[in-house]
Amino acid sequence: MVTELGHFALVLAFFVALVQAIVPMIGAQKGWRGWMAVADPAANAQFLLTGFAFAALVHAFVTSDFSLRLVVENSHSLKPMLYKISGTWGNHEGSMLLWVLILTLFGAAVALFGGNLPPALKARVLAVQSMIGAAFFAFILFTSNPFLRLARPPFDGQDLNPLLQDPGLAFHPPFLYLGYVGLSVAFSFAVAALIEGRVDAAWARWVRPWTLAAWIFLTIGIAMGSWWAYYELGWGGFWFWDPVENASFMPWLFAAALLHSAIVVEKREALKSWTILLAILAFGFSLIGTFIVRSGVLTSVHAFANDPERGVFILIILGVFVGGALTLFAARAQAMEARGVFGMVSRESALVANNVLLAVAALVVFVGTIWPLVAEMAFDRKLSVGPPFFDKAFTPFMIALALILPVGAMLPWKRARLGRAMRPLVPALGLAIAVAGLAWAMQTGRSLLGPVGLFLGTWLVAGAAVDLWSRTGQRRDWRRLARLPRADWGRVTAHAGLGVAIIGVSGLTAWQQEDIRVVQEGVPWQVGGFELVLEDVRQVEGPNYISTTGQVGLSTVEGREIATLHPEKRVYPVAQMPTTEAAIDYRPLRDVYVVIGDAQDGGGWTMRVYIKPLTNWIWAGALIMALGGGLSLTDRRYRVAAGARKVPAGVAAE
Amino acid sequence: MSAGVARAAWARIVAALLVVVLAWPALAVQPDEMLDDPALESRAREISQGLRCPVCQNESIDESNAPVAKDLRLLVRERLVAGDSNAEVVEYITDRYGEFVLLEPRTGGANLLLWAAGPLMLLLAAGLAVLYLRRRSRAPAPAEEGLSDEEEARLQELLHR
Repeated sequence: MVTELGHFALVLAFFVALVQAIVPMIGAQKGWRGWMAVADPAANAQFLLTGFAFAALVHAFVTSDFSLRLVVENSHSLKPMLYKISGTWGNHEGSMLLWVLILTLFGAAVALFGGNLPPALKARVLAVQSMIGAAFFAFILFTSNPFLRLARPPFDGQDLNPLLQDPGLAFHPPFLYLGYVGLSVAFSFAVAALIEGRVDAAWARWVRPWTLAAWIFLTIGIAMGSWWAYYELGWGGFWFWDPVENASFMPWLFAAALLHSAIVVEKREALKSWTILLAILAFGFSLIGTFIVRSGVLTSVHAFANDPERGVFILIILGVFVGGALTLFAARAQAMEARGVFGMVSRESALVANNVLLAVAALVVFVGTIWPLVAEMAFDRKLSVGPPFFDKAFTPFMIALALILPVGAMLPWKRARLGRAMRPLVPALGLAIAVAGLAWAMQTGRSLLGPVGLFLGTWLVAGAAVDLWSRTGQRRDWRRLARLPRADWGRVTAHAGLGVAIIGVSGLTAWQQEDIRVVQEGVPWQVGGFELVLEDVRQVEGPNYISTTGQVGLSTVEGREIATLHPEKRVYPVAQMPTTEAAIDYRPLRDVYVVIGDAQDGGGWTMRVYIKPLTNWIWAGALIMALGGGLSLTDRRYRVAAGARKVPAGVAAE
Repeated sequence: MSAGVARAAWARIVAALLVVVLAWPALAVQPDEMLDDPALESRAREISQGLRCPVCQNESIDESNAPVAKDLRLLVRERLVAGDSNAEVVEYITDRYGEFVLLEPRTGGANLLLWAAGPLMLLLAAGLAVLYLRRRSRAPAPAEEGLSDEEEARLQELLHR
């Protein structure tokens, strides 16, 4: 019954979306207030209806309603409650429902927080947002309906992919989708601005918080996915340049570029048409990401639904929205004349350089991701484009970006002198060189990677500190920092976070140690300054799996005990899949990563031990970046804008 | 189905599968595959990390636990012991499995486009950016425009509230 109501709510939401896509748009065109005002209640209704549909699906999963095909295919009565809930979006149909739920959530949020928007702009934004919604409602209802029943329900389900039964991955998709779909708001604002033919500082100020929010969620989502891959896949890699990872990374890069170019529009009324284009591209690449994952043209472990019909449908959605927006852009971009004047050396030009590097880097990832497809179709070559390509083709852009970033952040607007902006940065540069030199002297191998990475990371963190220091004014008055706009704090924090992440990536890549061997119980062995001993191995039964659990004592070579670790090898009988659960001793400067392998015929167990330096800095860096975004989001100028809404709404109660 | 019945069914499944579990394919490189000569073994690891497991999705044969990946790992080591150079080993494998197994695509032919895409796009974008910046730095400063009537009205409204 609840299921049918949910199904019905979804159909209703589709019709509301159609109305919201058409009526406010006509109203804005004709200047009819009543028609424009339809957008707000419609956006709320869409969100509530979709929310109800989603809740109905969660209910079916929680109660293990095996008359639903989707529940049978992705759940099991013995599965822990957390994964019954997360199983709702651990499959194609449910994840698309979550996708539109978040889309309607953002629509409702624009309706709620957009009180200070000009009514016509708001109506157009919500109409465009609703067009996207209508397209995806149609996609769900016609190709991926989660509410289909089975004529003969089985006694139990087929269980969720065990790799997905993990707390990290349970919440990874919602964050990623909040990011992907959040970019739809920037897209809707861009299209609405193109229809109006007007982009100004106020527009940029409205778009920026939405883009920031989307970028924060994407950052957290990507970091969670990467951490999951690190501890779950069993050899401690954190990034594989997998098509699905790239699908989330490209929008992240474009969103980062958009954040920076929107500042130029806001402060200097320049880069307008480029910012519009970026907003279109950022969401366009979110759609491309959805297409890549859902169609299965580039198969990967994460793509749980591969179906050509669905792929074609998404490709049509992609073509209509991105193609339509780009056509509109070609017709209207000329109207966005720039007003600000600035020199070749200025904050503006540094932000242009940032945009060039981020956008080209994202396109390089794109070309690498689709190249196997292009090569097969156009040149009849079946080939792979793997991590070695991306490492070589992508990394130089990040190095260039990290090199210019601290300088760019110090440049004043309009006109700058490079030497003058550089002078306060000299100590930061010195520190970075010293750290890199120290790393070079201390490392055993003669690899450049580690020292260069440490140099760049230190340069970024110290550069951010200098940036902050320079805000204390001539008299070095620290109290001024308390009055500094949150956006400045956000910038400094996010830039430092990038530095921390770069230190982590290069430390792990350059100085990882690995040891693979057969180990007898009770016989200690040494790996890079640590002594390990396999104390015990036993079979343990979990709620829906069986596990081979080892107990490993970890101590220093001198015999000081550090930790007892429990690496596991699990088998999920229903899904017939094994997983490895690495045991990790997390420390700020290094992780010890222990994996238990197979029992050997001659007795003993295969053990794999990795010493992974600075690994946690990768995720710490990502979190610091997200925190910086959050600080920027709470900047007073957005709060003032939000406050301005409350007065008329409270008085007039429209 | 009551919880008790489910538990009983579960226990049977577990018992039946314990046998299977012990024979489950092993993860990645195994100690018994490894060569005694550390120099040769580290070359083998390096080569394996650049070769894609033919039946997996974006995994190297060094990481994969598929049987064919194990065969390839052994083959790589066999060739190394026979005295092949790294390049010869890679060629030996690609002759049999196609260029699909190369994680780093070759630079020849159409792939030139792939490798050149980054630098070319950077040149293009940088060129456009410089043109734009020159135009902005030479543009005359915009005349200060007054407020439109609508904006003037809104300003008055705000001031006199």
